[in-house]
Amino acid sequence: MHVIVCVKQVPDTTNVRINPETNTLMREGVESIMNPYDEYALEEALKLKDRHGARVSVISMGPPQADVVLREALARGADDGVLLTDRAFAGADTLATSYAIAQAIKKINPNPDLVFFGKQAIDGDTAQVGPGVSEFLGCTLVTYVQALSVEGDTFTVETHMDEGTDVLEGKLPAVMTVVKEASTPRFASLSGWVGAKKAGLPKWGAADVGAVKEMCGLDGSPTKVVKIFAPPVKTGGIRVDGRAAPGEAVAAIVKALQDKGVVKS
Amino acid sequence: MSDTPIIIDPVACKGCKKCVTACPFDALYMEGKLAVLKAAECRACNACVKACPFKAIKAVEKEAPKGADLKAFKDIWVFAEQRHGKVQDVAYELLSTGLRLKKERGGGCQLAAVLLGHGVTESAQRLIAAGADKVYVVDQPGLAEYEADVYTDALHQLVAKHKPEVILAGATAIGRAFFAKVAVRARTGLTADCTALSIDKETYLLHQTRPAFGGNIMATIMTPNHRPQMATVRPKVFKMAAPDPKRTGDTLVEALTLVAANTKIARTEHDLSAVNIAEAEIIVAGGRGLKKAENMALLERLAGLIGGVVGCSRACVDAGWITAAHQVGQTGKTVCPKVYIAIGISGAIQHLEGMRSSDTIIAINSDPNAPIFGVADLGIVGDLFEVVPKLIEALEAGK
Repeated sequence: MHVIVCVKQVPDTTNVRINPETNTLMREGVESIMNPYDEYALEEALKLKDRHGARVSVISMGPPQADVVLREALARGADDGVLLTDRAFAGADTLATSYAIAQAIKKINPNPDLVFFGKQAIDGDTAQVGPGVSEFLGCTLVTYVQALSVEGDTFTVETHMDEGTDVLEGKLPAVMTVVKEASTPRFASLSGWVGAKKAGLPKWGAADVGAVKEMCGLDGSPTKVVKIFAPPVKTGGIRVDGRAAPGEAVAAIVKALQDKGVVKS
Repeated sequence: MSDTPIIIDPVACKGCKKCVTACPFDALYMEGKLAVLKAAECRACNACVKACPFKAIKAVEKEAPKGADLKAFKDIWVFAEQRHGKVQDVAYELLSTGLRLKKERGGGCQLAAVLLGHGVTESAQRLIAAGADKVYVVDQPGLAEYEADVYTDALHQLVAKHKPEVILAGATAIGRAFFAKVAVRARTGLTADCTALSIDKETYLLHQTRPAFGGNIMATIMTPNHRPQMATVRPKVFKMAAPDPKRTGDTLVEALTLVAANTKIARTEHDLSAVNIAEAEIIVAGGRGLKKAENMALLERLAGLIGGVVGCSRACVDAGWITAAHQVGQTGKTVCPKVYIAIGISGAIQHLEGMRSSDTIIAINSDPNAPIFGVADLGIVGDLFEVVPKLIEALEAGK
């Protein structure tokens, strides 16, 4: 069994803010981390390694320094990794990204048993690349996986849907996106880190994976970002100091509820 | 032609760093006195081009791809998602928005709904009442429940045949997944989780605005040279208009030959009776400030008095005080009630994303600098353990 996990290096978005005056990101002190949802994807793959002896390959697309997230995955137990990095991938939207990653997967193994993604990445939040890759690979897609078991070439999954859980059965190969309900990701061991630091990580560009230039990066991206700005701030809100005058605060809340017809006046 | 989105003229560049600061994507850095592009990070937003006082940065103009006949595409479509045979509210919300977009677009544009399912044809009339000029219905046993490949095939066949200019879907578990496949199959753009949509009446381009970086920035995105222009919108982001039963429209039943399903549903465990906070009119939500599980009872008492349901921030779910079904925010539900009372919630951006479009927001928090006050219509700075019991008392007295 060969499973491939796609991981992304993202800024820790909890700390990303926009300067409302210049409409630019304030990046000071913003760390790069492995996309948290990808940790659950990696854990599902490592569980298959524990149970079925699966080979686990990890792949990431990003700048040269994104090799850090691949090493982190190796330290946790992945067997090998590839970094997809090329100026030609610059400005890729979800279509061009899906294409490039699918090309790289085909090069690693034209017939992998499973490809895992996190539910979504916390910087873009689109949740589109996993489904997009399944389309380019022409293989089964299962999203929001919270439990998985594999017997031979058959899988059974529980998926986390809006109204509850679905239990699905299907045949490998498949592309799956994984939610946080699936597991608690394991930590890397010290010996894992030692090996991961030294591991060779091939860097592949567009030509290495046979990607057509017209379908990569900006050229291959139908969507264009035309403007960025700070989220609107609500103005005109009323502030009451409930520390000095709790009675006044309660009266203000009751009045607001009366105004909306929630309680009788 | 350059293979990077911008070109920096090393002679004109004076090393002022203005471009580095201006870049929203961290794609520029200084090497000594020269700005250098990290091409993999660049999104071609051209913020640096505008920021450079020395005109040292030039945008590389890209030609529109030839062959795409954009004029062949017309009409605005809404994917009318049904689950267990019931059309979801988000479809009606999108039809309300579709009516507005149709008006903005002008030029004989029509609004259509697409309904995939089995035994669902009679729902077409409600979609027409909600604004659809026509409803494409594919009513076949294979479409009764969602399956990614079958739904992708069905919608893509309709898109290839009728060529819509715009397609919208709810950003639900279903919509987000198979819409991304349809977009790839149609080799077009898809923008997820839009919070604002408008159409330029000159260019017919759909302006799609969405949060990124966990809601810390907003981005407006367009799909200039590909059709259809596809977008998903979270439930409750747009308001549903009252249906007009007098409205007329065409129900067009399509018979499609579809691919076989790759997965089959062994069973579903859907709790349809559980309170769906996404549909609630009044929400009383608590956060970390409640300090312990027992204090969640305060929320229930208050909610009971005003006919509301209990919501919470992620902190409460992580602490095990309440189930994830009650969680509001980026990793929980997006809500849009008439009244949202936030108690002991500081207002992390991920939480604000899920509730900022509520009609009236009342916040109670001890920290005067808590971000929740930035979105509140009424902000009470105070100790919730003092204010909330007094509020409950006052409401009980008023009954």
